[in-house]
Amino acid sequence: MEFIETLKKHNCYPLRASKIETLQVNVGYRCNMTCKHCHVEAGPSRSEMMDLDTIKAVIDILAGSDIRLLDITGGAPEFNPHLRFLIEEARTLGCHVMVRSNLTIYSEDGMEDMPLFYRDHGIELVASLPYYQGEVVDRVRGEHAFEKSIRALRTLNNLGFGVDPGGLKLDLVHNPQGMFFPPCQGRMEEEYRRELDRRYGVSFNNLFTLTNMPIGRFRKFLVERNQLDRYMERLRKSFNPAAVEGIMCRYLINVGWDGTLYDCDFNQMIGLSLNDKYPGTVREFDTGILAEREIAVDDHCFGCTAGQGSSCQGAAA
Amino acid sequence: MGEYYNDNDLERFGEVGKHCPDLFKKFMDWYGASLQEGVLTKREKVLIGLAVAHAIQCPYCIDAYTKSCLEEGMNLDHITEAVHVASAIRGGASLVHAIQAHNTVDKISM
Repeated sequence: MEFIETLKKHNCYPLRASKIETLQVNVGYRCNMTCKHCHVEAGPSRSEMMDLDTIKAVIDILAGSDIRLLDITGGAPEFNPHLRFLIEEARTLGCHVMVRSNLTIYSEDGMEDMPLFYRDHGIELVASLPYYQGEVVDRVRGEHAFEKSIRALRTLNNLGFGVDPGGLKLDLVHNPQGMFFPPCQGRMEEEYRRELDRRYGVSFNNLFTLTNMPIGRFRKFLVERNQLDRYMERLRKSFNPAAVEGIMCRYLINVGWDGTLYDCDFNQMIGLSLNDKYPGTVREFDTGILAEREIAVDDHCFGCTAGQGSSCQGAAA
Repeated sequence: MGEYYNDNDLERFGEVGKHCPDLFKKFMDWYGASLQEGVLTKREKVLIGLAVAHAIQCPYCIDAYTKSCLEEGMNLDHITEAVHVASAIRGGASLVHAIQAHNTVDKISM
């Protein structure tokens, strides 16, 4: 495996977790969208959904450890019928809760009040908005996606999200619209801020730029265009040892919809579970054993270490 | 003649350096240095690259600098505006030579 060889060459192998600061929970793969870059391959037909027992086991982990950041992802997390319960319990325990939202979900029947619920529970929202121009976004995410996203952002701004640095946080996520790398995060943030304000009167806190991972739908796109090898080669050539320090797997642990533990959401999607010597599910969770675990890696990990690096919080280097 | 330009040929650019390697190295060092951020930003430099690529109509350069523009966060509006600048200058360069034609008419006419 070339990623392991590369880590060895830079004295970074085995790659170890540093500390579990975040419990990242994927509550289900169902989504109202079928974005072309989605590593989950989420969509309306996906039925994988975290059940109440597993949700309770997640809450037990938070109650029994010093992990204070809960990062909820999907699919569209809002489709999970136990999402509100999970959030309420986590907030009662004093956890900071982050929800990864696709923004368009609030246009779906029965979802209109979610922004209000998020406000009332002091949730940090991390919202996917691949670009500040409708034509580009709709090409990746589907017809009317941009229009619905802008409508949602205005609603969130009106509720106090993304308006001032000390208030409710609303972060946006940019990813390239094809087989190329993301721009410099700082500069793109400035451009998003200027253009979203000028064109739509919308504001936000931070922009995270992510590299498209060569898994899921994006991988299929690369294969269809006969470009997988070329993209992988570019990721390999762009390996940046400085990015290794900040990659997300070193600071979080990921929970699949069925309670299986993973080093990150990407590993979850390719079925790469934790190394055999560690507890494998939420019910066996042990912070002491898992905190400095050896991380399971494969060649898709080049996606997180290329250039400025890519993490759940954007650039890693 | 088949396909005169191939997608993979740009990646073979280094093969040019098999001959006259000193000259190739000088070119590559100069090329790399000229694209480093200086008084001009990276974004400005790749836009210049894109405009020149269209002016000289180099398929490799068009592919490479279009991708660079996207990696600098630009979109089709930025790209198209830059190509218009290149095209306008190319067109203007032809048009301004009408003066030479007029000068010739004056020179050879009674």
